[in-house]
Amino acid sequence: MTDDAVPRPSALTALVGDTWVMTRRNLRRQFRIPSQLVYTTALPVMWVLLFVYVFGGAIQVPGVKYIDFLLPGILVLTVAFGIANTALGLSDDLASGVLDRFRSQPVSRPALLLGRALFDSIRNVIALLIALGVGFAVGFRFHNGLPAALAAFGLTVALGFALSWFGVLLGLAIPDPEAAQTAGTLLAIPVIFASSTFVPVQSMPGWLQAVASNNPVTHAVDAARALMLGGPATTAVLSTLAWTVGIVLVGLPAAVVRYRRAAH
Amino acid sequence: MTDLAISVRGLTKNYGRIKALRGIDLEVPTGTVFGLLGPNGAGKTTAVRILATLLAPDAGSAEVAGYDVVRQGGRVRERIGLTGQYAAVDGFATGRENLVQAGLLHHLGHDRARRRADELLEMFALIDIARRRADTYSGGQRRRLDVAASLVGRPPVLFLDEATAGLDPRARLAMWDLTRNLVREGTTVLLTTQYLDEADELADRIAVLDRGRIVAEGTSEELKTRMGGTRLRLRPATPTDGPKLAAAVAGLADAEPQVSDEAGEVSLPVPADPTLVAEALRRAVAANVPIADVALTRPTLDEVFLALTDSEGVGHD
Repeated sequence: MTDDAVPRPSALTALVGDTWVMTRRNLRRQFRIPSQLVYTTALPVMWVLLFVYVFGGAIQVPGVKYIDFLLPGILVLTVAFGIANTALGLSDDLASGVLDRFRSQPVSRPALLLGRALFDSIRNVIALLIALGVGFAVGFRFHNGLPAALAAFGLTVALGFALSWFGVLLGLAIPDPEAAQTAGTLLAIPVIFASSTFVPVQSMPGWLQAVASNNPVTHAVDAARALMLGGPATTAVLSTLAWTVGIVLVGLPAAVVRYRRAAH
Repeated sequence: MTDLAISVRGLTKNYGRIKALRGIDLEVPTGTVFGLLGPNGAGKTTAVRILATLLAPDAGSAEVAGYDVVRQGGRVRERIGLTGQYAAVDGFATGRENLVQAGLLHHLGHDRARRRADELLEMFALIDIARRRADTYSGGQRRRLDVAASLVGRPPVLFLDEATAGLDPRARLAMWDLTRNLVREGTTVLLTTQYLDEADELADRIAVLDRGRIVAEGTSEELKTRMGGTRLRLRPATPTDGPKLAAAVAGLADAEPQVSDEAGEVSLPVPADPTLVAEALRRAVAANVPIADVALTRPTLDEVFLALTDSEGVGHD
C-alpha cells in the first residue's frame, strides 16, 4: 500500500521537474481556453493597430516616426497587462481547490508558483513576437541593429517575469477570480499610462512627470526604445534591471509567504 | 503507536479571534473509517487541512501515517490523499491528463504515471471518457476523477472532506462502495460529512465536533445508546398540535419531550416499557390531540447530532 517503491527525487530534481509540470499545465490551460488565448494574442494586435491609427495622426513626437516611438512602449505594456492574467489564473486555482490538491501532494511547493512565473514568461514571448510582427507590418523597424533589439526583448521579458509575482500576489490575496483579474487590470493601467509608453514624459504636467519618472515602466520603455532605435541606453537599462531585481526580491518572498497562508 | 494511522493531541487553531479548534484529540486505528461530524463552522475542514499539511496548527500535535504534520510535512504528503468538497481537477484537461499529471507530481516518472492513470481510469469506470475534457463530465464523473487523482500515490491515509456533497443518490452510493473497497485493502479513511446516514453507514468510529471541540466520540451504536436508548415518537394528525402534545406527555419520563420538524412530531427518551405507549395515547386523547402515528424506536444519529451540537451553530457560515 505504500509508495516506498518510488525513489524520492532530490529537492532540486523535484523542483525542476515539478516546475516543468506546472508550466505545462498553464500552457495547456492557455491554449485550450479560448478567452485566455485571445487575451494573449489579440490584445497585442489591437494595441499596435489602435494606437498607430487612432492616435498616430494626432501625437507628434519630435525627431521620430510615431510607430518607432510607440512600439517599444507597446512591448512593455503587453507584459505589464499580463499581471491581470496571472492574478486570474492563481485566484482560479485557489478558488477551485486545485491549489490545495497540489499542496497536499508531495510536490516541490516553490514549483507551483515558479511554474506560473515561467509560463508567464513563455506567454510574454509569444505576445511580444505578435506585437513585433504587427509592428513590422505597419512600418516599425529596428534602427540600432539586431543584438540591441534582442537585448531590449530580453529586458522586457525579464521585467514581465518580475511583474508576474505581483499577479501571483494579487491572485493569492483575492479569492474571487473576477475580482483578482479586475485588480490586476486596475494596477496595470495607471502604471502603463503614467509613463513614457505613449508620449514623452516632458509633455506631462509637472506632478505627473514626477510620478512617471519614477515608474519602472518608464525606465523599461526608455531602455527598450534606446536599444531599438539608438541613443544613450545605459542609464535606462541599469534602472530597469535594478527595478526588475528589486521587484523580484520583494514580490517573490511576499508571494511565497502569502501562498503558505493561503486558505479558503 | 504503529497501529494508529492518525493521532492528534490538543490540536488548536485560531483565525484571529475565531477559535476554530479548541484542543481536539483523535486516534484513528489503521485500516478503519473515522467519521468527523459537525455543523458548518464546527472546525471539520480546519482539522482536515491541518492533517493534510495545508495549514499549521497554533498548538498541539498531529501525526499522520507515523509522521508529524508540522515537522515532517513532506513525508506526510507522500502518504495521504485529499478529496475536498470541490472537485479539484483541471476542467481544461482530459481525465487521463489530470491523472498523469498527478502521477508526475508524485514523481512516478512518465511510464509509471501513465500506467497508474490507466489503472485508475479502469477502476473508476472512467475509461470511456478518459480522452474527454473534464469540464464535459457530469458531477459524479468529476468527483470520481477527483477521488482517483487523490489515490494516484496509493496513499495509506485518505481524507474525504465532504466528498459526497452535492452528489445524486446513485453517485453517493458508488462513493460509499468505493470507500469500503479501499478500506478492505487496508486504507485508513477520515471522512467529514453532514449526512449522518453516511457516517452511520461507513464509519467505524465517529467524533462529533461542535464549535472547535469534540463533544462526543464512539461507535454509532455507542452514541445512540448514550442518548437514552429507546424513544417514544408521537405524530399528531395536525402538525400545529405538536407543542400541545408535548405538554400533554411531559412527565412520562425524566427528559423533556422534543418537537421536531414541520410534522410536529414529538419524541422523548423513555424506558423500554410498552405500557408507556398506552399511557401516552391516553394523555393525548385527554388533551384532545388526534394522533396519526406512534412508535417506540431507537434514536437516529440525527437526533444524537442535534442533541449534542449547539442548534444556533447549525446553518451558519
